[in-house]
Amino acid sequence: MIEHLPALMIAVPLFGAFTAPLFKKHYKEVSIWAIIITGITVILSLLLAKEVVTGGIMVYVFGADKPTLVLPSGYSVPIRIMFEVDAMSAFMAISATLMSFIGALYSYSHVDRETGLEKYYALLMLLEVGILGMVLTGDLFNLFVFLEIAGIAGSALVGFRNYRGEASEAGIKYLIVSAVASLMVLFAIGILYGQYGNLNLAYIAKNVSFNMVDMIALGLLFTSFAMKCGAVPMHYWVPDAYTEVPAGINPPLLVATYASLYALFRVSFTLFANVVVDLARVGWIMSILGVLTMFIGVTMALVQKDVKRLMSYHAISQTGYMLLGVGVGLTVLHDPSKLAEFGRDAMAGGVFHIINHIIYKSLLLMTAGALFYVTGTRNLNEMGGLARKMPITAISFMVGAAAISGLPPFNGFASKLLIYETSYRLNPLLTVFAMVTSVLTLASFVKVFASAFLGPPLEKFENTREVPKPMIIAMIILAALCIIFGLFPNLVLDKLVYPAVDALINFAQYHSWGGLA
Amino acid sequence: MSFTLTTPSGFWNPLLWLLFLALFGIIAYLIYSRGNPSYKKDTEQIKPYLSGNPEPTKEKVQVKAGDIYWGFIEALKGYYKVLQAIHTGDMRDYILWYLGIGAIITFILIGGV
Repeated sequence: MIEHLPALMIAVPLFGAFTAPLFKKHYKEVSIWAIIITGITVILSLLLAKEVVTGGIMVYVFGADKPTLVLPSGYSVPIRIMFEVDAMSAFMAISATLMSFIGALYSYSHVDRETGLEKYYALLMLLEVGILGMVLTGDLFNLFVFLEIAGIAGSALVGFRNYRGEASEAGIKYLIVSAVASLMVLFAIGILYGQYGNLNLAYIAKNVSFNMVDMIALGLLFTSFAMKCGAVPMHYWVPDAYTEVPAGINPPLLVATYASLYALFRVSFTLFANVVVDLARVGWIMSILGVLTMFIGVTMALVQKDVKRLMSYHAISQTGYMLLGVGVGLTVLHDPSKLAEFGRDAMAGGVFHIINHIIYKSLLLMTAGALFYVTGTRNLNEMGGLARKMPITAISFMVGAAAISGLPPFNGFASKLLIYETSYRLNPLLTVFAMVTSVLTLASFVKVFASAFLGPPLEKFENTREVPKPMIIAMIILAALCIIFGLFPNLVLDKLVYPAVDALINFAQYHSWGGLA
Repeated sequence: MSFTLTTPSGFWNPLLWLLFLALFGIIAYLIYSRGNPSYKKDTEQIKPYLSGNPEPTKEKVQVKAGDIYWGFIEALKGYYKVLQAIHTGDMRDYILWYLGIGAIITFILIGGV
C-alpha cells in the first residue's frame, strides 16, 4: 500500500468530492463526510512524508505494470503520467491536507446557515485534489491540469455566496486571473514540448539548452506563477478573493496560492537549475519582487477598515518574505561558499515561513470569520468591546497577530529571523525593508485589536456570544501550532524544512529519479 | 531534541527568552504592587472627570478603526494617493499589469538588461 501513497493522495479526496453530491440536503452528514475524507488525507500525507524523508524520492507511474516502472521496455524517455515526490512536495502536501482538514472542521458551523453545502464540500475536496496534484506531479502538463482544477474549484468557492454581488465579482476575477495564468503556463509548456518532445520535468531539466526560446518560456512560467501567488504588482485579485470566500475556505485557498509559489520554486530550481549565469538574475528578480510585495502589501493593509480585506493584504505582504528568502538562496545557488554560508538558511527561512504563514494567517482569517459570524459585519468601525464576549476568539487573534508580526516565541519569529539574517548578507537594504514591514504589520494588528476587541462593550453586541465549538476547536488547533512551532522550531526545521530545501538545492537527484539516471 | 536554533550569525533559544520574560514579568509586578493603595474598583473613582458634563454614550467614546494612525496616513498622503490610484479593481488593469511585468521579466531573462 505504501508504494501507492502518491496515487491515494489524489484518489481519496477525488472520491470524497464525487460522492459529496449524494448527500444533497443532508448538510450535517456531508460536513462530517468532508471532515473524515480530509482527515484521512492528513494521515496519508504524514505517511508519505515519513516515507520520502527516510527513503528518498518516491516515483509513481500511473498505468504502469509496476508503479515505479518509469521506462517501459524499449523506451528511452518517460512517456506515462508520473508523480515524483521529494521532501519539498511532501512538505507542501502536509500543509495542503492539514489546512483542508482545518477548513472542513471550521466550516461545520461557519456555513451551516448556507444552502448547497454538498457543492461547497465537493469543491473544497476538489480544491484539495488540485493543490495535491500540483505539488506531487513530476510532469509539466499535469501541473497545468491540476492548476486548472484548483483554479476552477477556488473561483467557485470564492463566489459561493452568490447572493452577494461582491462574491460573484471576486469569483469571476479569480477565474479570469487563473485562466490567463494557466493559459500562459500552457503556452510555455507548449514551447518546451515543441523543443524537447517531452513533458517530464526531470527529462526537460536535463536537456534544456537555455536558448532564447527557453528563456521566454521561463519568463512566462515565472510571471504566471508569480501572479497566482499574489506577488506585487500582480496581486490585485487577492484581496477580493480572500475577503469574499467563506472563512473555512481561507486555509485551503491560502495553500492553493502557495502551491503556485511551490510551482515557481520548482520551475526556478528544478527545471532551470542548470542555468548558471541567469539563475542569479532570476534570484534577484524574486528578491526584489519579494521586497515590493511585503512593503506595498503591508502599507495597503494599514488603511483598510474591512477586517478580512486588511488580513488579505497581509497575506500578500507575507508572501514577500517567502519570495525574499528563497530568492536570496536562488541568487547564490551556484556559489557553493555563499550557499553554505547563508543561502541554504535563507531558503529554509522562506520555506519555513510558508507553513508558518499558512497556520497563522488561517487562524487570523478564521478569527475575522468569527467576528463576521457574530456581528454580521466586517467593518472595523462598527465593532468594539468584543474581547469580553468572545474571549477565545480574542486570545486566538492575539496569538495569530503576535505570530504574523514575528514576535517571539511565536512561530513567525524563527522564520523571519532566518530571513533577516541571511538577506542582510546579500544586501542590507533587503533586511531594512523586511524589518520595517514587520513593525508595520504589528501596528496594523494593534489597530484591529483596539477597534474590534478593546474599548467599552457596545450595547448592540450585548447579546452576542462566543462562536460554536467546531469553529473554536479549529482556531485552538491553529493557535496551539503557532506556539508549538515557535517553541520548537527545530522540530519542523530538521524534520521537514531542511529536507525540503535540500531537495530543491540537490536538483540533480530529482533529475536522476525521473528514471533518467 | 535541541531547543536552540542556530542561525548564520548567532542562535535563538525560545526557553531562554521565556525565562527572561518571566523575570521581567516579576519586576513589572513588583512595580505595579507598589501602586496607589487608595484605588478602589467599582466606585466613583473609576468614572472619567468631565467637569460636570454628562458622560457620552459608549458608542460615541469608542475609538474607531478609521481614527487610528490618522496622523501616519495623513503624513504619507502622497504615497497613498498613488497606491490607491493603481488599485482600480478593474480586471483589464490586472491583466495589463501582468502583461507589463511579464514583458519586463522576460526582457531581463533573455539578456536585455
